[in-house]
Amino acid sequence: MSSMQQTLAETIPKLEALATQQGLNYFPVDFELVPPSFMMEVAVYGLPVRMPHWSFGLRWIYQMIQHRMGHSRIFEVVFPGNPNRAYLVNTNSLHENTLVVAHVLGHADFSKNNLSFARSQEQVGYRIVEQAAAHAHRIEEIINEVGENRVERVLDCALSLEPHIDTHQALNRKRYPGKQKAAPAVKAEGFRGRYADLPGEGAKADEEPAPPKTPPQPERDLLWFIANYAPELEEWERDIFLAVRKEAWYFQPVFNCQIMNEGWASYWHSRLLREADFLPSATYVDCMKTHSDVVSPYAGDQQVALKLNPYHVGYVMWEHIISEFGVAKAREIMKQEDDFGFVRNYLSRDLADKMKLFSFSAKRDGEITVGESSLDDLHENILAPKFNFGAPRVVVEELQKDGTLILKQESSIDGRGLELERARKVLQYIASIWRRPVKLLTLDAGDNEVWLKPEPDAA
Amino acid sequence: MFLQDGRHGNSHKHWYELFSRGTRDWLRHNEKVRDAVRDHLPEVIANSDVLSRSDNRTVQVPVKFLEHYRFSLRKQNEQTGAGQGQAKAGDTLRQGQPESGGGQQGSGGDGEGEFTFVLEFKIDDILDWLWEELQLPNLQPKEGSNIDVDEYIREGWDKRGARSRLDRRRTMKEAIKRRTAVPDTAVPISNDDLRFRQLARKRQPSTNAVVFFLLDVSSSMDEHCRKLAKSFFFWALQGIRRQFSHIDTVFIAHSVEAFEFDETEFFQVSGQGGTKSSTALEMAERILHDRFDASQYNSYLFYATDGENFSNDREQSAASLERLAQQLNFAGYAEVSHSNTRQLNTEVGRLWQQFSDAGHPCGSFPLSSEADIWPAIKAFFSSQAEQVAQL
Repeated sequence: MSSMQQTLAETIPKLEALATQQGLNYFPVDFELVPPSFMMEVAVYGLPVRMPHWSFGLRWIYQMIQHRMGHSRIFEVVFPGNPNRAYLVNTNSLHENTLVVAHVLGHADFSKNNLSFARSQEQVGYRIVEQAAAHAHRIEEIINEVGENRVERVLDCALSLEPHIDTHQALNRKRYPGKQKAAPAVKAEGFRGRYADLPGEGAKADEEPAPPKTPPQPERDLLWFIANYAPELEEWERDIFLAVRKEAWYFQPVFNCQIMNEGWASYWHSRLLREADFLPSATYVDCMKTHSDVVSPYAGDQQVALKLNPYHVGYVMWEHIISEFGVAKAREIMKQEDDFGFVRNYLSRDLADKMKLFSFSAKRDGEITVGESSLDDLHENILAPKFNFGAPRVVVEELQKDGTLILKQESSIDGRGLELERARKVLQYIASIWRRPVKLLTLDAGDNEVWLKPEPDAA
Repeated sequence: MFLQDGRHGNSHKHWYELFSRGTRDWLRHNEKVRDAVRDHLPEVIANSDVLSRSDNRTVQVPVKFLEHYRFSLRKQNEQTGAGQGQAKAGDTLRQGQPESGGGQQGSGGDGEGEFTFVLEFKIDDILDWLWEELQLPNLQPKEGSNIDVDEYIREGWDKRGARSRLDRRRTMKEAIKRRTAVPDTAVPISNDDLRFRQLARKRQPSTNAVVFFLLDVSSSMDEHCRKLAKSFFFWALQGIRRQFSHIDTVFIAHSVEAFEFDETEFFQVSGQGGTKSSTALEMAERILHDRFDASQYNSYLFYATDGENFSNDREQSAASLERLAQQLNFAGYAEVSHSNTRQLNTEVGRLWQQFSDAGHPCGSFPLSSEADIWPAIKAFFSSQAEQVAQL
């Protein structure tokens, strides 16, 4: 056992006891010390073991480049569940890892109590790490059966549609209630059978009311719809779609609560460490230095940031809320809200001014100017990248009789149309799985309605 | 609490150190890029300056990272965002840059499409792909042009031999087998385990070829024309090289006079004045006769010119070409120009057309841009196959 491991093994139970005493309420946490390369992969894949796909390779190389250039450093990762699985980097210093342990306990409290997280875990289960590994394993098996290229084509499509789920519905959703297929009539014997054969007799099936349109109302969950309604979808293809959908289900609350969640964990690591009288004072001082790096709004010596640090914004907001309304009220807010409600309801003008937040506009030529904007505008500018899981709203409008899939982008809500070239490529991914015509209605650059069709990648 | 260091069982390795998923998926990405390049190989190669690197037999092709497409909203002319720091309304945080070159591309990617990297392709691999892709036939050697050559090849193993031919892998295998069968022996490797590779002399059929490259370097042949000729020559030679175990090349440049050059000088040569193509043809004839035994060599000739020739040279050229045609497997005429309007309707072009019409093994290929090179190469190898089929 390394000395770091030994010291942490002694510190962790004390921090856990302190956290419980402070009112944090969480599922048990399993900690594991891992090398930085492991953390880098987790940052890329989102999960320790995940299905193979070339797009992860691309993200991985960017991460490597950034890391080499010293722009990114990953301190901790924790996967909510029961138990939570937390990973500490074995090259971090002891005080950094001490801070990370306290931070992780804040996350664990958040993910057990926040409603978005609780609901997602209720649906997906409490062991996402194991589930994702099982998906990966299953997909490896499928690759061995049907070959890499076919699996890749399905993953190209499914992963591309990752954000297009509908978590307002249940994870395990039934197909739409459709026309009940009448059980084939058992042919009666004897006289009754002969009578039924007479012209003019027999079932009058044709007079049923017209079957409802599929889908009955616009469908947001593209992954679910394709998995359930694609003509000629093979069983293994469906499995892949549902695996990707389940993982997306897990990722959504993480995405939707980032500011709150990181702020909450930062608030609690700083508070727990402050109250941890069992820590040597030198360790505490080092921890606080690391803390101020983590919640610093700016990278390096810069004085202006064009991207908000969620750790910083969340931390400042929670500190304000707790000092103003107390921990009990803060815990209520933590349970009820996600970033949308949190920012709109609790990021006040005063707080925004204190943090020196501003709105800016960036022109195509790169010119960036600070705007004079209302608090509402500021809220929306912070939240805009988070709307709808960060993706445009694309819905299934209709599945036509001949199997044609009609998609529609809800441009009136999104405020504008899609990037047309990209959309055509995505349609190509879909078409190769749908195996029938696919069309999408959106707006062109002049805001005129335009129908898009799939277009193969010309590389 | 539960703190572990990630080792499972009594293994010394952590499971995640066994392989890198990131590397695996990155290599898969590169493989896809490679496939994409391969699908467009003729264009890619026509546009890259492969010849200057022909010494190490690889071509470097700059490629872009692939993009995994997702639905995204159209980029607006003006985007808004939230920032933080010392700034007040109206401040300009960054100056606009004048749009460079072609400006913003339709699908610029979020900064991710900008990275490019270089893939290296082996010329031999490229050729194999191309032959497959273009479905080119293999060249047919002349009947009776095979000669037998002694070659040493590896054949079998022996327990005795020169130390330099010790086969370590096989020796280790023997040692392991022995130690498994008789576990008590302490000797790691005994003399009985040693295995040596043996060489055997074999008579192998060999096919030889000589390729003549004739280039018009008169003043009308400018840089563009020469580059086309060079690319055409290069790929024709690579194609022939695929087939024959031994190749000789002869480079002849001419204006009103012809000279033989070595490969490196050949493309640097520039001449003055007019054109007399018979000088080059006659020189090729002479060299073929003096140096290469027609019964043992397959011979090919390629001639690149802009098609201009002194009209009083016509008969002399025709006579020489006629004699050459008797001996060559194939003669190719590449007419290089700036536009494809004339299309072989030149002095030299008409002459070669007559020969081709008369059933001689020759073909004409108009080249006015890089895009014409691959069709020409394809036509050359295909017409070769037809010629043979007709015989």
